Amino acid sequence: MSTGLNDNELISRVLKGDQQAYAGLVNRYQNYVFTLALRFTRNREDAEEVSQDVFVKAYRSLADFRGASKFSTWLYTIVNTTCITFLRKKRLEVHSLDNEKVFEVADSIDSGMRANQVEQKSRLAMVNNAIEMLNPDDAEILTLFYKGEQTLEEIAVILRIEANTAKVRLHRARTRLKEKMEKHFAEELKDLN
Amino acid sequence: MNKQQTSEERLWDYIDGISSPQEKTVIEQLVQTDGEWKAKYHELLDVQQLLQSTELEAPSMRFTKNVMEEIAKLHIAPATRNYINKRIIWGIGAFFITIIVGFLVYGFGQIDWTAQGDSKLPIDLSNVDFSKVDYSKMFNNNLVNAFMMLNVILGLFLLDRFLANKRKKFQEEA
Repeated sequence: MSTGLNDNELISRVLKGDQQAYAGLVNRYQNYVFTLALRFTRNREDAEEVSQDVFVKAYRSLADFRGASKFSTWLYTIVNTTCITFLRKKRLEVHSLDNEKVFEVADSIDSGMRANQVEQKSRLAMVNNAIEMLNPDDAEILTLFYKGEQTLEEIAVILRIEANTAKVRLHRARTRLKEKMEKHFAEELKDLN
Repeated sequence: MNKQQTSEERLWDYIDGISSPQEKTVIEQLVQTDGEWKAKYHELLDVQQLLQSTELEAPSMRFTKNVMEEIAKLHIAPATRNYINKRIIWGIGAFFITIIVGFLVYGFGQIDWTAQGDSKLPIDLSNVDFSKVDYSKMFNNNLVNAFMMLNVILGLFLLDRFLANKRKKFQEEA
């Protein structure tokens, strides 16, 4: 089995014609890719479709991966562009950082079913629900930083922005998340403290 | 409010471990001595821990199988650098350099060096009064102006690429 091999070894095998070695990479990164896609699509079905598309694109372009960055950084760049393309195709608005509409939408969603879903008061569910209420840009950067094991410099490469801009965006995303949690999950926060 | 934002950003940098050693010392002192900073630090630390505790979502069980079935029909595309022939790139570069040199030769040939009232050849540049040289013939041609504009744009584009590469290298080294 190829599970003990590192990313570069698996890529090398795939490039030499061992197509099955690619399954090792898919297994390793499917949750990361799927979570990122879900942040954009907010729908598991669409997220699965986008994630599959990402891995197919990555496979086709694998010869272009030069190892200058981590494979995950390269892969998340594909996730980012694929998600943006997907949203454009669906004619959904790609929300900018200061788009207040996003918050209005999030608030309206929250006032309905979200409150019931968080009945379980679990720590994880609360954070996940709060992240879901953020706009996709904020949710993406938080996921990349905390779950995707990407540094600010790597996030800058993925999002095609300056490292300093990535830092500012991360600060803003965390501030907005904190605001969301304080506004919508105040009781749960109290229980946790 | 602004002060509040600044202190929060400084605390986040400290929590993320990207503060400078001096800043780190300052923050540690502030957190120990200032109640407001201490409370904010613990508040942010809670958010940090909550974010770290989140779990990744998993796709369906069949996901890997679906991807493998999809790629079974495909071939890996050749690397971009392999099918872009370097000779073509060098050829394009050589073409533009030739055009620029040709343009300069043509342009300088159009200048009326004798307009300064002296019939000396322009080879001895120390004797040329540039303020009296007639450049009008060089810049009154629309085609020449358009070509110059194109070259300026290309030059700026290349400069941008060059600086971007330098910045990237610098960031990688840092």
